[in-house]
Amino acid sequence: MAEGSIGQPIRRREDYRFLTGQGTYTDDINRPGQAYAYILRSPHANAGINRIDTSAAASAPRVVAVFTGKDMAADEIGGLPCGWLVNSKDGSPMKEPPHPVLALDRVRHVGDPVAVVIAESLGQARDAAEKIDVDYTIEPAVVDPAAALQPGAPQVWEQAPGNLCYDWALGDAGAVDAAFKGAAKTVSLDLVNNRLVPNAMEPRAAIGEYDRATGEHTLYTTSQNPHVIRLLMGAFVLHLPESKLRVVAPDVGGGFGSKIFHYAEEAIVTWAAPKVRRPVKWIAERSESFMSDAHGRDHVTHVDLALDAQNKFTALRVSTVANMGAYLSTFATCVPTYLYGTLLAGTYTTPAVYVETKAVFTHTVPVDAYRGAGRPEATFLLERIVDVAADELGIDPAELRRKNFIPANAFPYQTPVALQYDSGDYQSTLELALKAADYAGFEARRQEAGRRGKYRGIGLATYIEACGIAPSAVVGSLGARAGLFEAATVRVHPTGSVTILTGSHQHGQGHETTFAQLVADQLGIPIESIEIVHGDTAKIPYGMGTYGSRSLAVGGTAIVKAMDKIIAKGRKIAAHLLEASEADIEFKDGKFSVAGTDRSKSFGEIALTAYVPHNFPHEELEPGLDETAFYDPKNFTYPSGAHIAEIEIDPDTGRVEIVNFTASDDFGRIINPMIVAGQVHGGLAQGIGQALLEGCVYDKSTGQLLTGSYNDYAMPRADDLPSFSLSTHVTLCTHNPLGVKGCGEAGAIGAPAAIANALVDALRPLGIKHVEMPATPERLWRAIQQHQPRAAAD
Amino acid sequence: MQKTVSLTVNGKPASATVEGRTLLVQLLREHLGLTGTHVGCDTSQCGACVVHVDGEAVKSCTLLAVQAEGKNVLTIEGVANGDELHPMQEAFRNNHALQCGFCTPGMVMSALDLVKNNPKPTDREIREYLEGNLCRCTGYHNIVLAIAEGAAVMRGEAPPANPHGVAAE
Amino acid sequence: MYEFEYHRPTNLDDAAKMLGNEDAKLVAGGMTLIPTLKLRLAKPSDLVDLAALSQLKGITEEGDAVVIGAMTRHADVNRSPVVQRAIPALAQMAGMIGDPAVRNRGTIGGSIANNDPAADYPAAVVALNATVRTNKREIAADNFFTGLFETALEPGEIVTAVKFPKVATANYQKFRNPASRYAIVGVFVTKTLAGVRVAVSGAGSCVFRQSEMEQALGRSFTPDAIKDIKQPQDGLNSDIHASAEYRAHLVTVMARRAVAACA
Repeated sequence: MAEGSIGQPIRRREDYRFLTGQGTYTDDINRPGQAYAYILRSPHANAGINRIDTSAAASAPRVVAVFTGKDMAADEIGGLPCGWLVNSKDGSPMKEPPHPVLALDRVRHVGDPVAVVIAESLGQARDAAEKIDVDYTIEPAVVDPAAALQPGAPQVWEQAPGNLCYDWALGDAGAVDAAFKGAAKTVSLDLVNNRLVPNAMEPRAAIGEYDRATGEHTLYTTSQNPHVIRLLMGAFVLHLPESKLRVVAPDVGGGFGSKIFHYAEEAIVTWAAPKVRRPVKWIAERSESFMSDAHGRDHVTHVDLALDAQNKFTALRVSTVANMGAYLSTFATCVPTYLYGTLLAGTYTTPAVYVETKAVFTHTVPVDAYRGAGRPEATFLLERIVDVAADELGIDPAELRRKNFIPANAFPYQTPVALQYDSGDYQSTLELALKAADYAGFEARRQEAGRRGKYRGIGLATYIEACGIAPSAVVGSLGARAGLFEAATVRVHPTGSVTILTGSHQHGQGHETTFAQLVADQLGIPIESIEIVHGDTAKIPYGMGTYGSRSLAVGGTAIVKAMDKIIAKGRKIAAHLLEASEADIEFKDGKFSVAGTDRSKSFGEIALTAYVPHNFPHEELEPGLDETAFYDPKNFTYPSGAHIAEIEIDPDTGRVEIVNFTASDDFGRIINPMIVAGQVHGGLAQGIGQALLEGCVYDKSTGQLLTGSYNDYAMPRADDLPSFSLSTHVTLCTHNPLGVKGCGEAGAIGAPAAIANALVDALRPLGIKHVEMPATPERLWRAIQQHQPRAAAD
Repeated sequence: MQKTVSLTVNGKPASATVEGRTLLVQLLREHLGLTGTHVGCDTSQCGACVVHVDGEAVKSCTLLAVQAEGKNVLTIEGVANGDELHPMQEAFRNNHALQCGFCTPGMVMSALDLVKNNPKPTDREIREYLEGNLCRCTGYHNIVLAIAEGAAVMRGEAPPANPHGVAAE
Repeated sequence: MYEFEYHRPTNLDDAAKMLGNEDAKLVAGGMTLIPTLKLRLAKPSDLVDLAALSQLKGITEEGDAVVIGAMTRHADVNRSPVVQRAIPALAQMAGMIGDPAVRNRGTIGGSIANNDPAADYPAAVVALNATVRTNKREIAADNFFTGLFETALEPGEIVTAVKFPKVATANYQKFRNPASRYAIVGVFVTKTLAGVRVAVSGAGSCVFRQSEMEQALGRSFTPDAIKDIKQPQDGLNSDIHASAEYRAHLVTVMARRAVAACA
């Protein structure tokens, strides 16, 4: 496979090791002499710590050491940093309370780390942890974001009166008010975007190791971005220079955002290893994951939409309260602002948009980016309010969307909420989806289902997302404390084989295949001679990792830029060898040729010459063929699409069956369609999970996590889901050389609103206007009972 | 209290000295170095740890190592024939039925158990049989396709046309 | 998990003796016990594994009854030609417990001795009017399940088998918890010459018989006969997955469906 491999469904190269049990996840790594850490966590949502007595634990059998926050404070260990500064609309900076690695005088959520026990085995560490005596003063807690803003609510931080972290706004409030005054029709909706637990199947894990001979610290961790962890932990927490800190993120068993962030346990094991003079390994049990992995979503929103007499949207007004949890996780603050408010134009020409977001502290696990991060929340409210408008106006939801789409010939398109979309064709993806879902034939299916006693509904949602995160200059101006470029090294070896060192990180995305296809195609060499290396800061250039559907658009482009440098140097070497002018050298099909002649040198010959430079233009060039490029995109990419759900509700039980799910997406150019389809499937499953099954529930009075295991948190299983019907329509991204947009989050963004709209469509005959997520059987049964007490289909 | 457990793993005799509370999955991963079997939860639900004991799928996180005394255990490491993948493993590759790979060993072991009990499962039966195996990456769509293909090949039939356009090797 | 002494007796008397230690626990399939131990929710001093007691395994016909050994696994009951022929609903129910890997380990004896309010077997044992055999006596189903995780078993008493009368007209319907997949409500309905029995699992703290439905169905064994019978909410479970009101409603729905499926 060489040129022409782009667009092919090539089987993944990484699969062999995973299918034979030979993957290397963090928990599969064992370092000589390692000890095991167990973290004692708070059982309370809000409590003062009066005293921690670790003496019995420290003298328990086979215990190596016990540490508390005081030990870390004595070493002047810093707090976990937040990577994004958001300012309130009055210009004041967000409230940024400290985030100690181990709690000091107070715990602020169930699961807050209080102490660490290091022992010869995990069982012994856990046995000893039960002997730690913590004297708590338990105080009232607040878990619900809207409740946190109420007067008299328990306060999470003294520094944040009223639990307010920031009160942010975007858009032209005056223009929006004016549009509402002149509107022919306005519609409103209150909705909740339910809190989710990411639940990558591999629980987090970390191993800290210290080499006294070299002074080098190594952290093996389940991370989506090892360089980011090295920067944050080294610079802000442990005060270690990058040159003495190596972070390795080996095979990682899924992330979905939850493994972007710098977590306490990474700092604990790295800090503890030299203190106990042994490698220290920590692995999360799933129960710990539920109370220590950053959660997602958790918004409460009011939305108003104004329309003119021609049913064109004239203004959108959104007011959201977003839960931050007890501490600010790494990228928490940008999620309900710059990844949310900026997307509220959606696929529509709405000329005026105003959004305000109040971010609040509560006594819950921190909330941060989870698959889609802000964009699912934006899409959900937008696509719900559009359906409400269609319902109240009595027009077809597809027709109302068509009427308001940004036309395909209007790109680049400047929205009223900062973004400039470069390309798209929303009409075509919608028509493709409508046709695939047989939207026109739905009414007959509804009636047939009605005869079987079922309520059947169809719902559609269009979406736009800003991916390929992101231009550093843009995000920097918006408060990001990091750049968001990507880096790649293309290392050509003497015989012409190639190693790609990428700053992107794969944890399921198939980069070892997709990136290799890209390189095979551009360099005209067999895919078998290409190796992709990622995940180890000691090997790869400084890159920002994988999230926000950015790996191909940003990381792949960095590879292309590095390959461009390789080809440019190769042409110089070829010109020298072929005694031709560099301007006459063409590179095609893996050969450097003199234009218009049959004289050529293969890629391998050029590589060999670069490393065995007996005949080499030393005066013009250095030997070697090894190039690095950093790519910082000019703009976000804007994948878009239309999703259609068709469902049936059993009125007796409220149980939902998804009869059909159709997704039509525009991801720009597609390198490996099989991998892209897999990304969409997975996103859809998480989106459908949010809509129907998943909801993180805290006890409102005690702050206890009620959905702390798979016994209570409903994960989508195979028999909850349908097979999906997918199609794509391509418009190319205009500002990256590959024309790619990204596909990882689309499913999770489009699906919730499509399902919710289908549910409301099914229940519309009963007068039901909205159902909250997750639309559990009881919730739907109750809605049916309340609207039509005798609706049971007897 | 330490006990020595002797059993057969992937066709070879194995033994280890473990605590009474040691789980079979810990014996496999920590004592025998067979790290292909994974632990994804602590409530016996996710199925990442499924292995075969005496030919039947069980959750190795819900069996004490001492309970496996004298048993014949098959883990994901013992499924392929040397370098040649088992048809079910091959079907997972052909259908992109794995992404992060963490649930995959348990999925393959459950799939083999299904086919043993039901050589020609329908898609619905496949989905129902996977009740004890969670995957967060694939949405199960491609896993269902893969198990149908793997079952067909195990029955000695030609695999169904690849729905992704993957060329036969 | 806390440390414990592990025992694998080879005869019932030894097993009963080992149970003499009041902090000792029996292990049958372990499908509830081991997860409980992993979460450190129990701290037994000794575990007494019944796996070596082969006399507790197997399915036999005894005249008008089928006797299932306590250590017989759900998968064996599900696939047993004897059970499929004599009490098809019992085979069907066994195939609905947990997931395939759980059914390959979990046993009937373990399930009924544990008496989880959301377990399936208690409904079958009660509705089929089975008899629980122990190392000491026989206990009628109606007297066996006494409360939340409680049974009539005395200290040192071990379930050895369950004897089910052959019943052709029976069905089990279960509404699953979307997270755990345990029964939010499971209703097992049987119709014999002796009458109709309706046993409900999941809804309350312990399996119970719905006598109002039994009487109505005794008069007319049709779904319509019970459609207006409302299960009282008092004493039903209520949690984040299902309120008592919803569970009460589901009892009627599942019972109707079970009756319909008997036809």
